[in-house]
Amino acid sequence: MSMRKQFISTVEELIARDERIVLLLGDIGVFGFRNSLIKYPKQVYNIGILEQSTIGLAAGLAMTGKIPFVHTIAPFLVERSYEQLKDDFCYQELGGNFISVGASYDYSALGSTHHCPADVGILKLLPGMEIILPGTSREFDILLKQCYSNNNPTYFRLSEYENDEDYDVTFGKANIIQRGSQATVIAIGSMLNQVKKAVSGLDVSLLYYTTVAPFDMEILKKHVSHGKIFVCEPNYGGSIYFDIIRAVKPNSVQIDGISVPHRFLNHYGSREEHDNILGFNAPEIKKRIINFINEK
Amino acid sequence: MRVGLPIYYGIGGQKSSLIKNKLIMHKLKIKELRKLIIELSYKSQEGHIASAFSILDILWVLYERILNTTPKNINTENRDIFILSKGHACLAQYVVLMEKGFFSKSELLSFCEYNSPFGGHPDRNKIIGIEASTGSLGHGFPMAVGIALALSIKQSSSRVFVLVGDGECNEGTIWESAMLANRFQLANLCCIVDFNHSTDRALSLGNLQDKFLSFGWGVSTINGHDLDQIYDAVSKTSSNKPSVIIAETIKGYGCKRMENNPEWHHKSPSESELKEIIKELS
Repeated sequence: MSMRKQFISTVEELIARDERIVLLLGDIGVFGFRNSLIKYPKQVYNIGILEQSTIGLAAGLAMTGKIPFVHTIAPFLVERSYEQLKDDFCYQELGGNFISVGASYDYSALGSTHHCPADVGILKLLPGMEIILPGTSREFDILLKQCYSNNNPTYFRLSEYENDEDYDVTFGKANIIQRGSQATVIAIGSMLNQVKKAVSGLDVSLLYYTTVAPFDMEILKKHVSHGKIFVCEPNYGGSIYFDIIRAVKPNSVQIDGISVPHRFLNHYGSREEHDNILGFNAPEIKKRIINFINEK
Repeated sequence: MRVGLPIYYGIGGQKSSLIKNKLIMHKLKIKELRKLIIELSYKSQEGHIASAFSILDILWVLYERILNTTPKNINTENRDIFILSKGHACLAQYVVLMEKGFFSKSELLSFCEYNSPFGGHPDRNKIIGIEASTGSLGHGFPMAVGIALALSIKQSSSRVFVLVGDGECNEGTIWESAMLANRFQLANLCCIVDFNHSTDRALSLGNLQDKFLSFGWGVSTINGHDLDQIYDAVSKTSSNKPSVIIAETIKGYGCKRMENNPEWHHKSPSESELKEIIKELS
């Protein structure tokens, strides 16, 4: 089941058992929720294409004890209504769940207006915002159920590409995939698949993060190998560098990584084509890690 | 430049005897609160006095006569909700809440001090009686729509009032919210527009009545400083649609040097100005 279909399945399951939940669709995912729109008319709404007011309305729902879920395409959910996320939820300390579709360049053929590789980075700057990047459909199911009613603003990033293997993930905690001594590699969300293949046979630790805010510093502190950390991010790079620096203090560390390059992607085609050209594949990642390990 | 206020009557055209009988008493009280606003602004050298003066009459009538919102029921579900979407006018709300017993004057005198809960914009996590942390224009109205929607889902009889500024009506979220409120037929929602025309120098709103009518709202227009008209308008309820009260007001109302004077948008009085203004308000 794709992450998008899992989203529908998990949310419908939650709606059925928790009447506090109100789902607001930005005219996206309407077909998937067509049955719920009829069955739960006071809990599921196709609100329309007005993202800023949708977030504001969601905050109003939260103020009365409802648990809002808002779903639309990533740039409109995050960038267009950034101030509402900041003021209405984070500043007011209200709980809500913001689930995007179209991670980074998943909508590869639609151009940069529909890309959002900046989402993780800019949301990291909002005090109190939780950020979750599940690597598989099952991990999304686990994490949404763990967090949806925690009374905090939480962002879930659905992605088209998924890892082959599920992990038993816990909100706020990273998983140790492999232990080694020459470097620590961090894979975030759907990057794990290719990164795991890349580090197979290398003497490196591999940590898997599905929550980037709050950031699990403890596990990183215990697994910093040789003062070198290689970060694999499915978004603009640097989103967790400050967390890394704080985690390893007072020691210094060399950081490098692979991420979506900081430029507009002006080609169309498929997501896979973009992945390959950007080096998001095991052989390319392996080469980069080996070079990094060998750097003085 | 407008001179004076148009004379309108609220819905039904009748004056409320509830307000009329004690009109002088209310007006004296409101004058007292104006003086307090000036003093708070002088002491802190902060605050948007003119915006506060623009809405004070409206807030007084709401809290004095309409809102089922008290210090005792503020955390209960059956209260009415008021959101000041034009958050910079919060001095008006602060003094009215103080008068209604939500906090003391001595607490309010800390306005804008470093550790004070009372800032230049209201904070719901710091001040009892404040429902939303507004300040960025265009945020309070959508939140009010969300609250009204939730209350209608719960079939609550509580009402939701939201006060917006005319400058704030430049924001797209105001019209998005107007669409949403109509779509959900939020009869429990009443929007009050503090129409002091401060936005005319930038982006004139044209015929605001027609705009809201075209969005499917019930519309009334009043003199926003006439306590009877305010009472008549806010006490009316609707059965099937959201309602808007377009309150024609004067920014800085009650103080001649401030009225319609942009210089006083975010200005605090000097010592000599304080003395002169207090004298005028006495």
